Amino acid sequence: MAITREEVRHIARLARIALSDSEVDSFGDQIGKLLDYTKQLDRLDTNAVAPTIHLADTGTLLRDDIVCPFEDTEAILKSATDRAGDFFRVPRILE
Amino acid sequence: MEFEAVIGLEVHAQVSTKSKLFCACSTKFGAGPNENTCPGCSCVPGTLPVLNRKVVEYSIRTALATSCTVQRKSVFDRKNYFYPDLPKAYQISQYELPIARNGHIDIEVGGQGKRIGVNRIHIEEDAGKLVHEGDLSGAQASLVDLNRSGMPLMEIVSEPDMRTPEEAVAYLRNLRDILLYLDVCDGNMEEGSFRCDANVSIRPKGQEKLGTKAELKNMNSFRNVERAVEYEIRRQIELVEDGGKVVQETRLWDAEAGVTMSMRRKEEAHDYRYFPDPDLLPLMVEDSWVEELRGTIPELPGPKIERLAGQYGIPKYDAGILASSRKLADFFEASVAIFNGAPKTTANECVHWKEAILSEKLSPETIAHAVEDRENGTISATASKKLVTAVLETGKPFRSLRDEKGLTQVSDTSALDAIVDQVLAASPKEVESYRGGKTGLLSFFVGQVMKESRGKANPKIVQEVIRKKLG
Repeated sequence: MAITREEVRHIARLARIALSDSEVDSFGDQIGKLLDYTKQLDRLDTNAVAPTIHLADTGTLLRDDIVCPFEDTEAILKSATDRAGDFFRVPRILE
Repeated sequence: MEFEAVIGLEVHAQVSTKSKLFCACSTKFGAGPNENTCPGCSCVPGTLPVLNRKVVEYSIRTALATSCTVQRKSVFDRKNYFYPDLPKAYQISQYELPIARNGHIDIEVGGQGKRIGVNRIHIEEDAGKLVHEGDLSGAQASLVDLNRSGMPLMEIVSEPDMRTPEEAVAYLRNLRDILLYLDVCDGNMEEGSFRCDANVSIRPKGQEKLGTKAELKNMNSFRNVERAVEYEIRRQIELVEDGGKVVQETRLWDAEAGVTMSMRRKEEAHDYRYFPDPDLLPLMVEDSWVEELRGTIPELPGPKIERLAGQYGIPKYDAGILASSRKLADFFEASVAIFNGAPKTTANECVHWKEAILSEKLSPETIAHAVEDRENGTISATASKKLVTAVLETGKPFRSLRDEKGLTQVSDTSALDAIVDQVLAASPKEVESYRGGKTGLLSFFVGQVMKESRGKANPKIVQEVIRKKLG
Protein backbone atom coordinates (compact mmCIF):
# COMPACT_ATOMS: atom_id res chain seq x y z
CA MET A 1 0.00 0.00 0.00
CA ALA A 2 1.36 3.42 -1.02
CA ILE A 3 -0.13 5.10 2.04
CA THR A 4 0.06 4.20 5.72
CA ARG A 5 -2.93 3.81 8.01
CA GLU A 6 -1.65 6.81 9.99
CA GLU A 7 -1.67 8.97 6.87
CA VAL A 8 -5.21 7.87 6.09
CA ARG A 9 -6.31 8.79 9.63
CA HIS A 10 -4.54 12.16 9.35
CA ILE A 11 -6.25 13.00 6.04
CA ALA A 12 -9.61 11.92 7.45
CA ARG A 13 -9.09 14.12 10.47
CA LEU A 14 -8.21 17.13 8.27
CA ALA A 15 -11.38 16.52 6.28
CA ARG A 16 -13.41 16.05 9.50
CA ILE A 17 -14.48 12.55 8.44
CA ALA A 18 -14.80 9.85 11.12
CA LEU A 19 -13.53 6.47 9.92
CA SER A 20 -13.84 3.06 11.56
CA ASP A 21 -10.79 0.76 11.52
CA SER A 22 -12.14 -1.29 8.63
CA GLU A 23 -12.89 1.91 6.70
CA VAL A 24 -9.31 3.05 7.25
CA ASP A 25 -8.19 -0.16 5.55
CA SER A 26 -10.62 0.00 2.67
CA PHE A 27 -10.05 3.72 1.95
CA GLY A 28 -6.33 3.24 2.39
CA ASP A 29 -6.47 0.53 -0.26
CA GLN A 30 -8.36 2.74 -2.68
CA ILE A 31 -6.19 5.79 -2.14
CA GLY A 32 -3.13 3.59 -2.51
CA LYS A 33 -4.35 2.38 -5.89
CA LEU A 34 -4.94 5.94 -7.05
CA LEU A 35 -1.45 6.94 -5.95
CA ASP A 36 0.09 3.95 -7.70
CA TYR A 37 -1.78 4.80 -10.86
CA THR A 38 -0.71 8.45 -10.91
CA LYS A 39 2.85 7.35 -10.12
CA GLN A 40 3.19 6.53 -13.80
CA LEU A 41 3.68 10.28 -14.32
CA ASP A 42 6.96 10.07 -12.42
CA ARG A 43 8.47 8.35 -15.44
CA LEU A 44 8.43 11.71 -17.23
CA ASP A 45 11.35 14.03 -16.54
CA THR A 46 9.66 17.33 -15.69
CA ASN A 47 12.67 19.04 -14.13
CA ALA A 48 12.81 21.69 -16.83
CA VAL A 49 9.04 22.19 -17.04
CA ALA A 50 7.30 24.92 -15.04
CA PRO A 51 4.22 23.69 -13.20
CA THR A 52 0.97 24.43 -15.03
CA ILE A 53 -1.06 26.47 -12.60
CA HIS A 54 -3.85 27.30 -14.98
CA LEU A 55 -4.47 26.28 -18.54
CA ALA A 56 -5.32 29.82 -19.59
CA ASP A 57 -2.22 31.99 -19.42
CA THR A 58 -4.01 35.31 -19.48
CA GLY A 59 -3.96 37.35 -16.30
CA THR A 60 -6.85 37.53 -13.88
CA LEU A 61 -9.48 40.21 -14.35
CA LEU A 62 -9.37 43.23 -12.09
CA ARG A 63 -12.34 45.25 -10.88
CA ASP A 64 -12.40 48.92 -9.86
CA ASP A 65 -12.65 49.72 -6.18
CA ILE A 66 -16.33 50.59 -6.11
CA VAL A 67 -18.74 49.71 -3.31
CA CYS A 68 -21.98 48.08 -4.38
CA PRO A 69 -23.84 46.83 -1.29
CA PHE A 70 -25.73 43.55 -1.52
CA GLU A 71 -29.37 44.28 -0.81
CA ASP A 72 -30.59 40.96 0.53
CA THR A 73 -28.34 39.98 3.45
CA GLU A 74 -31.48 38.63 5.10
CA ALA A 75 -31.63 35.88 2.46
CA ILE A 76 -28.11 34.79 3.42
CA LEU A 77 -28.91 34.77 7.13
CA LYS A 78 -32.14 32.89 6.48
CA SER A 79 -30.25 30.10 4.73
CA ALA A 80 -28.15 29.42 7.84
CA THR A 81 -29.00 26.50 10.10
CA ASP A 82 -29.14 28.74 13.15
CA ARG A 83 -28.99 32.46 13.85
CA ALA A 84 -29.16 34.89 16.75
CA GLY A 85 -30.42 38.26 15.56
CA ASP A 86 -28.17 39.23 12.67
CA PHE A 87 -25.42 36.83 13.68
CA PHE A 88 -24.92 33.31 12.41
CA ARG A 89 -24.99 30.91 15.35
CA VAL A 90 -22.62 27.92 15.42
CA PRO A 91 -21.75 25.31 18.06
CA ARG A 92 -19.40 26.82 20.59
CA ILE A 93 -15.83 27.07 19.40
CA LEU A 94 -13.04 27.47 21.88
CA GLU A 95 -9.35 27.02 21.27
CA MET B 1 26.21 30.44 28.32
CA GLU B 2 25.31 33.63 26.53
CA PHE B 3 22.22 33.55 24.32
CA GLU B 4 21.04 35.73 21.50
CA ALA B 5 17.45 36.14 20.37
CA VAL B 6 16.29 35.86 16.78
CA ILE B 7 13.12 37.76 15.93
CA GLY B 8 11.08 37.81 12.74
CA LEU B 9 7.85 39.73 12.31
CA GLU B 10 4.73 39.11 10.25
CA VAL B 11 2.54 42.16 9.81
CA HIS B 12 -1.02 42.01 8.55
CA ALA B 13 -1.90 45.44 7.22
CA GLN B 14 -5.46 46.11 6.18
CA VAL B 15 -5.38 47.84 2.81
CA SER B 16 -7.39 51.09 2.82
CA THR B 17 -9.76 50.43 -0.03
CA LYS B 18 -13.45 51.24 -0.13
CA SER B 19 -14.53 47.74 -1.17
CA LYS B 20 -13.38 44.25 -0.15
CA LEU B 21 -10.69 42.17 -1.84
CA PHE B 22 -12.85 39.94 -4.03
CA CYS B 23 -16.35 41.47 -3.82
CA ALA B 24 -17.98 44.91 -3.84
CA CYS B 25 -18.99 44.98 -0.15
CA SER B 26 -17.99 48.01 1.91
CA THR B 27 -14.94 47.87 4.19
CA LYS B 28 -16.38 50.46 6.59
CA PHE B 29 -15.69 49.80 10.27
CA GLY B 30 -18.54 49.68 12.78
CA ALA B 31 -21.45 48.37 10.69
CA GLY B 32 -24.11 46.12 12.26
CA PRO B 33 -23.48 42.35 12.32
CA ASN B 34 -23.27 40.88 8.79
CA GLU B 35 -24.37 44.18 7.27
CA ASN B 36 -21.39 44.35 4.91
CA THR B 37 -21.75 40.91 3.41
CA CYS B 38 -22.85 39.38 0.12
CA PRO B 39 -22.98 35.83 -1.27
CA GLY B 40 -19.27 36.22 -2.15
CA CYS B 41 -17.78 37.05 1.25
CA SER B 42 -20.28 34.88 3.12
CA CYS B 43 -19.02 32.03 0.94
CA VAL B 44 -22.21 30.92 -0.74
CA PRO B 45 -21.29 28.09 -3.13
CA GLY B 46 -21.12 29.13 -6.76
CA THR B 47 -19.88 32.68 -6.22
CA LEU B 48 -16.61 33.73 -7.86
CA PRO B 49 -13.90 36.10 -6.62
CA VAL B 50 -12.94 39.16 -8.72
CA LEU B 51 -9.75 40.91 -7.62
CA ASN B 52 -9.81 44.58 -6.54
CA ARG B 53 -7.33 46.57 -8.71
CA LYS B 54 -6.66 49.08 -5.92
CA VAL B 55 -5.41 46.35 -3.58
CA VAL B 56 -2.89 45.29 -6.22
CA GLU B 57 -1.87 48.90 -6.80
CA TYR B 58 -1.38 49.57 -3.07
CA SER B 59 0.59 46.34 -2.66
CA ILE B 60 2.89 47.28 -5.53
CA ARG B 61 3.45 50.72 -4.02
CA THR B 62 4.25 49.12 -0.65
CA ALA B 63 6.64 46.75 -2.40
CA LEU B 64 8.44 49.63 -4.12
CA ALA B 65 8.66 51.64 -0.89
CA THR B 66 10.28 48.70 0.90
CA SER B 67 12.72 48.06 -2.00
CA CYS B 68 11.07 44.74 -2.88
CA THR B 69 11.06 43.20 -6.34
CA VAL B 70 7.55 43.15 -7.77
CA GLN B 71 6.80 39.76 -9.33
CA ARG B 72 5.46 40.01 -12.87
CA LYS B 73 3.36 36.92 -12.19
CA SER B 74 1.90 35.95 -8.85
CA VAL B 75 -0.61 33.28 -7.92
CA PHE B 76 -3.50 33.01 -5.47
CA ASP B 77 -3.69 29.83 -3.44
CA ARG B 78 -6.19 28.22 -1.13
CA LYS B 79 -5.08 27.80 2.47
CA ASN B 80 -7.37 25.11 3.81
CA TYR B 81 -8.67 25.00 7.36
CA PHE B 82 -11.97 24.46 9.13
CA TYR B 83 -13.14 27.26 11.37
CA PRO B 84 -16.49 29.07 11.36
CA ASP B 85 -14.87 32.47 10.80
CA LEU B 86 -14.39 31.37 7.18
CA PRO B 87 -17.36 29.30 5.97
CA LYS B 88 -15.78 28.17 2.68
CA ALA B 89 -13.07 26.38 4.72
CA TYR B 90 -10.17 28.01 2.91
CA GLN B 91 -8.59 31.42 2.89
CA ILE B 92 -7.48 32.87 -0.45
CA SER B 93 -3.85 33.85 0.01
CA GLN B 94 -0.59 33.77 -1.93
CA TYR B 95 1.90 31.05 -1.12
CA GLU B 96 4.63 30.04 -3.55
CA LEU B 97 4.42 33.06 -5.82
CA PRO B 98 3.65 36.20 -3.76
CA ILE B 99 3.33 39.63 -5.36
CA ALA B 100 6.69 40.86 -4.04
CA ARG B 101 9.94 39.59 -2.54
CA ASN B 102 13.37 40.56 -1.25
CA GLY B 103 13.15 44.06 0.13
CA HIS B 104 14.40 45.81 3.22
CA ILE B 105 13.62 48.48 5.79
CA ASP B 106 16.35 50.49 7.50
CA ILE B 107 16.08 51.09 11.24
CA GLU B 108 18.08 52.95 13.86
CA VAL B 109 18.41 51.86 17.48
CA GLY B 110 20.60 53.75 19.93
CA GLY B 111 22.22 55.70 17.09
CA GLN B 112 23.13 52.46 15.34
CA GLY B 113 21.76 51.86 11.85
CA LYS B 114 20.67 48.40 10.72
CA ARG B 115 19.04 46.96 7.61
CA ILE B 116 16.18 44.50 8.19
CA GLY B 117 15.25 42.24 5.30
CA VAL B 118 11.69 41.96 4.00
CA ASN B 119 11.25 38.40 2.82
CA ARG B 120 7.95 38.83 1.02
CA ILE B 121 4.68 40.70 0.68
CA HIS B 122 1.55 38.82 -0.25
CA ILE B 123 -2.13 39.65 -0.69
CA GLU B 124 -4.79 37.71 1.21
CA GLU B 125 -8.33 37.98 2.51
CA ASP B 126 -9.26 38.40 6.16
CA ALA B 127 -11.64 36.04 7.98
CA GLY B 128 -14.82 36.89 9.87
CA LYS B 129 -15.13 37.50 13.59
CA LEU B 130 -16.45 35.20 16.32
CA VAL B 131 -18.24 36.45 19.39
CA HIS B 132 -18.87 33.99 22.19
CA GLU B 133 -22.39 33.82 23.50
CA GLY B 134 -22.71 34.34 27.24
CA ASP B 135 -19.68 33.85 29.47
CA LEU B 136 -16.85 31.64 28.27
CA SER B 137 -17.40 28.70 30.60
CA GLY B 138 -21.14 28.46 30.06
CA ALA B 139 -21.16 29.41 26.37
CA GLN B 140 -23.10 26.96 24.25
CA ALA B 141 -22.69 28.78 20.96
CA SER B 142 -20.47 31.17 19.09
CA LEU B 143 -21.85 34.02 17.00
CA VAL B 144 -20.38 34.73 13.59
CA ASP B 145 -20.07 38.18 12.01
CA LEU B 146 -18.72 38.09 8.46
CA ASN B 147 -18.26 41.85 7.96
CA ARG B 148 -14.49 41.35 8.17
CA SER B 149 -14.56 38.32 5.90
CA GLY B 150 -12.91 39.21 2.59
CA MET B 151 -11.29 42.43 3.84
CA PRO B 152 -8.08 43.04 1.90
CA LEU B 153 -4.83 42.40 3.74
CA MET B 154 -1.18 42.66 2.87
CA GLU B 155 1.01 40.31 4.83
CA ILE B 156 4.51 41.72 5.12
CA VAL B 157 7.01 39.15 6.35
CA SER B 158 10.42 40.19 7.61
CA GLU B 159 13.60 38.14 7.62
CA PRO B 160 14.62 36.93 11.11
CA ASP B 161 17.08 39.83 11.27
CA MET B 162 16.15 41.41 14.60
CA ARG B 163 18.01 40.58 17.81
CA THR B 164 16.30 42.73 20.47
CA PRO B 165 12.76 43.86 21.31
CA GLU B 166 13.89 47.45 20.58
CA GLU B 167 14.90 46.49 17.04
CA ALA B 168 11.55 44.76 16.54
CA VAL B 169 9.65 47.87 17.60
CA ALA B 170 11.86 50.15 15.48
CA TYR B 171 11.14 47.97 12.43
CA LEU B 172 7.40 48.05 13.15
CA ARG B 173 7.35 51.81 13.63
CA ASN B 174 9.24 52.40 10.40
CA LEU B 175 7.02 50.01 8.47
CA ARG B 176 3.90 51.65 9.86
CA ASP B 177 5.23 55.13 8.99
CA ILE B 178 5.91 53.97 5.43
CA LEU B 179 2.36 52.61 5.07
CA LEU B 180 0.94 55.87 6.45
CA TYR B 181 3.09 57.94 4.05
CA LEU B 182 1.83 55.84 1.16
CA ASP B 183 -1.75 56.17 2.41
CA VAL B 184 -2.32 52.45 1.86
CA CYS B 185 -3.26 51.48 5.46
CA ASP B 186 -4.59 53.54 8.36
CA GLY B 187 -2.14 51.88 10.76
CA ASN B 188 -4.66 51.60 13.59
CA MET B 189 -3.30 48.87 15.87
CA GLU B 190 -6.16 48.85 18.34
CA GLU B 191 -8.84 48.45 15.67
CA GLY B 192 -6.69 45.73 14.12
CA SER B 193 -5.83 47.33 10.79
CA PHE B 194 -2.11 46.90 11.60
CA ARG B 195 -1.55 43.56 13.37
CA CYS B 196 1.72 41.95 14.21
CA ASP B 197 2.79 38.38 15.01
CA ALA B 198 6.32 37.77 16.22
CA ASN B 199 8.44 34.66 15.71
CA VAL B 200 10.92 34.40 18.56
CA SER B 201 13.71 31.91 19.14
CA ILE B 202 17.01 31.86 20.98
CA ARG B 203 20.39 30.30 20.25
CA PRO B 204 23.80 30.27 21.91
CA LYS B 205 25.72 33.34 20.78
CA GLY B 206 27.87 32.50 17.77
CA GLN B 207 25.73 29.57 16.67
CA GLU B 208 24.52 29.76 13.08
CA LYS B 209 21.62 27.30 13.31
CA LEU B 210 18.26 28.76 14.33
CA GLY B 211 16.58 27.54 17.50
CA THR B 212 12.97 26.32 17.69
CA LYS B 213 10.63 29.28 17.45
CA ALA B 214 7.44 30.26 19.18
CA GLU B 215 4.91 32.44 17.40
CA LEU B 216 3.49 35.27 19.51
CA LYS B 217 0.04 36.71 18.85
CA ASN B 218 -2.39 39.20 20.34
CA MET B 219 -0.16 42.26 20.76
CA ASN B 220 -2.14 45.36 19.88
CA SER B 221 0.36 48.14 20.57
CA PHE B 222 4.07 48.79 20.07
CA ARG B 223 4.51 48.69 23.82
CA ASN B 224 2.89 45.24 23.99
CA VAL B 225 5.06 43.91 21.16
CA GLU B 226 8.12 45.06 23.08
CA ARG B 227 6.94 43.57 26.37
CA ALA B 228 5.79 40.28 24.82
CA VAL B 229 9.03 39.71 22.91
CA GLU B 230 11.07 40.66 25.97
CA TYR B 231 9.10 38.22 28.12
CA GLU B 232 9.32 35.42 25.57
CA ILE B 233 13.11 35.74 25.20
CA ARG B 234 13.51 35.55 28.97
CA ARG B 235 11.13 32.59 29.20
CA GLN B 236 13.01 30.62 26.55
CA ILE B 237 16.43 31.33 28.07
CA GLU B 238 15.26 30.29 31.54
CA LEU B 239 13.63 27.16 30.11
CA VAL B 240 16.82 26.10 28.31
CA GLU B 241 19.02 26.94 31.30
CA ASP B 242 16.83 24.70 33.45
CA GLY B 243 17.43 21.84 31.02
CA GLY B 244 14.12 22.21 29.14
CA LYS B 245 13.44 22.47 25.42
CA VAL B 246 11.53 25.11 23.48
CA VAL B 247 8.60 23.60 21.57
CA GLN B 248 7.20 25.00 18.35
CA GLU B 249 3.85 26.53 19.26
CA THR B 250 1.63 29.56 19.10
CA ARG B 251 1.57 31.66 22.28
CA LEU B 252 -0.91 34.37 23.19
CA TRP B 253 0.28 37.55 24.89
CA ASP B 254 -1.74 38.40 27.99
CA ALA B 255 -1.09 42.13 28.47
CA GLU B 256 -2.65 42.27 31.91
CA ALA B 257 -0.69 39.37 33.38
CA GLY B 258 2.38 40.30 31.34
CA VAL B 259 3.00 36.72 30.15
CA THR B 260 2.71 34.64 26.98
CA MET B 261 0.61 31.49 27.17
CA SER B 262 0.61 28.40 25.00
CA MET B 263 -2.31 28.30 22.57
CA ARG B 264 -1.75 25.22 20.45
CA ARG B 265 1.02 23.08 19.09
CA LYS B 266 2.02 24.14 15.62
CA GLU B 267 2.50 20.82 13.78
CA GLU B 268 -1.18 20.05 13.36
CA ALA B 269 -2.06 23.59 12.36
CA HIS B 270 0.65 23.56 9.69
CA ASP B 271 -1.17 21.20 7.37
CA TYR B 272 -2.91 23.82 5.25
CA ARG B 273 -2.60 21.88 1.96
CA TYR B 274 -2.06 24.99 -0.14
CA PHE B 275 -2.90 24.70 -3.81
CA PRO B 276 -3.56 27.26 -6.57
CA ASP B 277 -7.13 28.56 -6.45
CA PRO B 278 -8.79 27.39 -9.67
CA ASP B 279 -11.24 30.30 -9.40
CA LEU B 280 -8.51 32.90 -9.95
CA LEU B 281 -6.12 33.19 -12.86
CA PRO B 282 -2.57 34.32 -12.08
CA LEU B 283 -2.08 38.02 -11.39
CA MET B 284 0.00 39.53 -14.19
CA VAL B 285 1.66 42.88 -13.55
CA GLU B 286 3.06 44.80 -16.53
CA ASP B 287 6.37 46.66 -16.14
CA SER B 288 4.68 49.83 -17.35
CA TRP B 289 2.22 49.67 -14.43
CA VAL B 290 5.04 49.25 -11.92
CA GLU B 291 6.93 52.18 -13.43
CA GLU B 292 3.82 54.35 -13.39
CA LEU B 293 3.31 53.52 -9.69
CA ARG B 294 6.97 54.15 -8.91
CA GLY B 295 6.27 57.76 -9.84
CA THR B 296 3.62 58.01 -7.10
CA ILE B 297 5.95 57.03 -4.24
CA PRO B 298 6.43 60.10 -2.04
CA GLU B 299 9.66 60.94 -0.24
CA LEU B 300 9.72 58.34 2.56
CA PRO B 301 10.33 59.00 6.27
CA GLY B 302 14.00 57.87 6.32
CA PRO B 303 15.23 60.05 3.44
CA LYS B 304 12.99 62.90 4.62
CA ILE B 305 14.64 62.98 8.05
CA GLU B 306 18.08 63.17 6.43
CA ARG B 307 17.01 65.92 4.06
CA LEU B 308 15.23 68.07 6.67
CA ALA B 309 18.24 67.88 8.98
CA GLY B 310 20.67 68.72 6.17
CA GLN B 311 18.67 71.34 4.34
CA TYR B 312 17.45 73.32 7.36
CA GLY B 313 20.28 72.65 9.79
CA ILE B 314 17.96 71.26 12.46
CA PRO B 315 18.89 68.36 14.78
CA LYS B 316 18.08 64.88 13.45
CA TYR B 317 15.93 64.28 16.52
CA ASP B 318 13.68 67.22 15.61
CA ALA B 319 13.62 66.15 11.97
CA GLY B 320 12.49 62.71 13.16
CA ILE B 321 9.53 64.16 15.06
CA LEU B 322 8.55 66.33 12.09
CA ALA B 323 8.83 63.39 9.68
CA SER B 324 6.73 61.15 11.91
CA SER B 325 3.84 62.55 9.92
CA ARG B 326 3.93 63.65 6.31
CA LYS B 327 1.43 66.38 7.13
CA LEU B 328 3.58 67.83 9.91
CA ALA B 329 6.73 67.79 7.79
CA ASP B 330 4.90 69.51 4.91
CA PHE B 331 3.55 72.12 7.32
CA PHE B 332 7.04 72.80 8.65
CA GLU B 333 8.44 73.30 5.16
CA ALA B 334 5.54 75.55 4.15
CA SER B 335 6.12 77.62 7.27
CA VAL B 336 9.87 77.92 6.66
CA ALA B 337 9.12 78.96 3.08
CA ILE B 338 7.29 82.00 4.50
CA PHE B 339 9.94 82.89 7.10
CA ASN B 340 13.27 81.14 6.81
CA GLY B 341 15.20 83.09 9.45
CA ALA B 342 15.09 80.48 12.24
CA PRO B 343 14.22 76.95 11.09
CA LYS B 344 15.13 75.47 14.49
CA THR B 345 12.57 77.70 16.21
CA THR B 346 10.00 76.91 13.52
CA ALA B 347 10.66 73.20 14.10
CA ASN B 348 10.15 73.64 17.86
CA GLU B 349 6.90 75.49 17.28
CA CYS B 350 5.65 72.78 14.88
CA VAL B 351 6.38 70.11 17.48
CA HIS B 352 4.76 72.19 20.23
CA TRP B 353 1.56 72.79 18.22
CA LYS B 354 1.60 69.34 16.61
CA GLU B 355 -1.95 68.37 17.50
CA ALA B 356 -3.50 71.61 16.29
CA ILE B 357 -1.46 71.37 13.08
CA LEU B 358 -2.49 67.77 12.40
CA SER B 359 -6.15 68.63 12.94
CA GLU B 360 -5.71 71.54 10.51
CA LYS B 361 -6.53 74.26 13.02
CA LEU B 362 -3.38 76.29 12.27
CA SER B 363 -1.95 77.63 9.02
CA PRO B 364 1.76 77.74 8.14
CA GLU B 365 1.45 81.58 8.11
CA THR B 366 0.50 81.64 11.80
CA ILE B 367 3.63 79.75 12.84
CA ALA B 368 5.81 81.68 10.37
CA HIS B 369 4.56 85.02 11.73
CA ALA B 370 4.90 83.85 15.33
CA VAL B 371 8.52 82.85 14.72
CA GLU B 372 9.38 85.94 12.69
CA ASP B 373 7.93 88.36 15.26
CA ARG B 374 9.79 86.60 18.01
CA GLU B 375 13.07 86.54 16.15
CA ASN B 376 13.06 90.25 15.37
CA GLY B 377 12.01 91.09 18.92
CA THR B 378 8.53 92.41 18.15
CA ILE B 379 6.98 90.00 20.62
CA SER B 380 8.18 87.81 23.49
CA ALA B 381 8.09 84.02 23.57
CA THR B 382 5.26 84.18 26.09
CA ALA B 383 3.26 86.57 23.96
CA SER B 384 3.84 84.33 20.95
CA LYS B 385 2.30 81.34 22.74
CA LYS B 386 -0.62 83.46 23.96
CA LEU B 387 -1.27 84.72 20.46
CA VAL B 388 -1.21 81.29 18.81
CA THR B 389 -3.68 80.12 21.44
CA ALA B 390 -5.83 83.14 20.58
CA VAL B 391 -5.64 82.24 16.88
CA LEU B 392 -6.92 78.78 17.77
CA GLU B 393 -9.75 80.27 19.80
CA THR B 394 -10.86 83.06 17.48
CA GLY B 395 -9.63 82.02 14.05
CA LYS B 396 -8.37 85.58 13.49
CA PRO B 397 -4.98 86.20 11.82
CA PHE B 398 -1.97 86.20 14.12
CA ARG B 399 -0.83 89.76 13.35
CA SER B 400 -4.26 91.37 13.74
CA LEU B 401 -4.53 89.74 17.16
CA ARG B 402 -1.03 90.92 18.05
CA ASP B 403 -1.89 94.55 17.27
CA GLU B 404 -5.37 94.28 18.76
CA LYS B 405 -4.08 92.95 22.08
CA GLY B 406 -1.10 95.31 22.16
CA LEU B 407 1.28 92.42 22.78
CA THR B 408 4.17 93.91 20.86
CA GLN B 409 7.27 94.19 22.98
CA VAL B 410 8.80 97.40 24.08
CA SER B 411 12.17 97.43 22.35
CA ASP B 412 12.52 101.17 22.44
CA THR B 413 15.33 101.82 24.97
CA SER B 414 14.03 105.23 26.02
CA ALA B 415 10.71 103.70 27.00
CA LEU B 416 12.52 101.05 29.02
CA ASP B 417 14.85 103.48 30.74
CA ALA B 418 12.24 104.59 33.24
CA ILE B 419 11.27 101.07 34.25
CA VAL B 420 14.91 99.99 34.62
CA ASP B 421 15.66 103.06 36.76
CA GLN B 422 12.69 102.28 38.96
CA VAL B 423 13.76 98.62 39.42
CA LEU B 424 17.36 99.53 40.22
CA ALA B 425 16.28 102.17 42.73
CA ALA B 426 14.08 99.61 44.49
CA SER B 427 16.90 97.10 44.94
CA PRO B 428 19.99 98.96 46.24
CA LYS B 429 21.45 95.85 47.92
CA GLU B 430 21.38 93.80 44.73
CA VAL B 431 22.85 96.71 42.79
CA GLU B 432 25.73 96.83 45.25
CA SER B 433 26.34 93.04 45.04
CA TYR B 434 26.22 93.19 41.25
CA ARG B 435 28.81 95.93 41.18
CA GLY B 436 30.83 93.85 43.64
CA GLY B 437 31.06 91.07 41.05
CA LYS B 438 27.84 89.05 41.41
CA THR B 439 26.97 89.44 37.74
CA GLY B 440 24.55 86.50 37.98
CA LEU B 441 22.09 88.99 39.44
CA LEU B 442 21.51 90.34 35.94
CA SER B 443 18.71 87.83 35.38
CA PHE B 444 17.11 88.98 38.65
CA PHE B 445 16.96 92.55 37.34
CA VAL B 446 15.68 91.43 33.95
CA GLY B 447 12.96 89.46 35.72
CA GLN B 448 11.90 92.48 37.74
CA VAL B 449 11.75 94.68 34.63
CA MET B 450 9.72 92.04 32.78
CA LYS B 451 7.33 91.92 35.70
CA GLU B 452 6.98 95.71 35.80
CA SER B 453 6.37 95.84 32.05
CA ARG B 454 3.85 93.00 32.31
CA GLY B 455 5.83 90.88 29.92
CA LYS B 456 5.95 93.48 27.20
CA ALA B 457 9.61 94.42 27.45
CA ASN B 458 12.07 92.80 25.08
CA PRO B 459 14.36 90.84 27.43
CA LYS B 460 17.40 91.20 25.14
CA ILE B 461 17.12 95.01 25.07
CA VAL B 462 16.43 95.07 28.82
CA GLN B 463 19.70 93.24 29.43
CA GLU B 464 21.59 95.77 27.36
CA VAL B 465 20.03 98.75 29.15
CA ILE B 466 20.76 97.29 32.60
CA ARG B 467 24.34 96.43 31.70
CA LYS B 468 24.90 99.94 30.44
CA LYS B 469 23.42 101.51 33.56
CA LEU B 470 25.36 99.34 36.00
CA GLY B 471 28.54 99.09 34.00
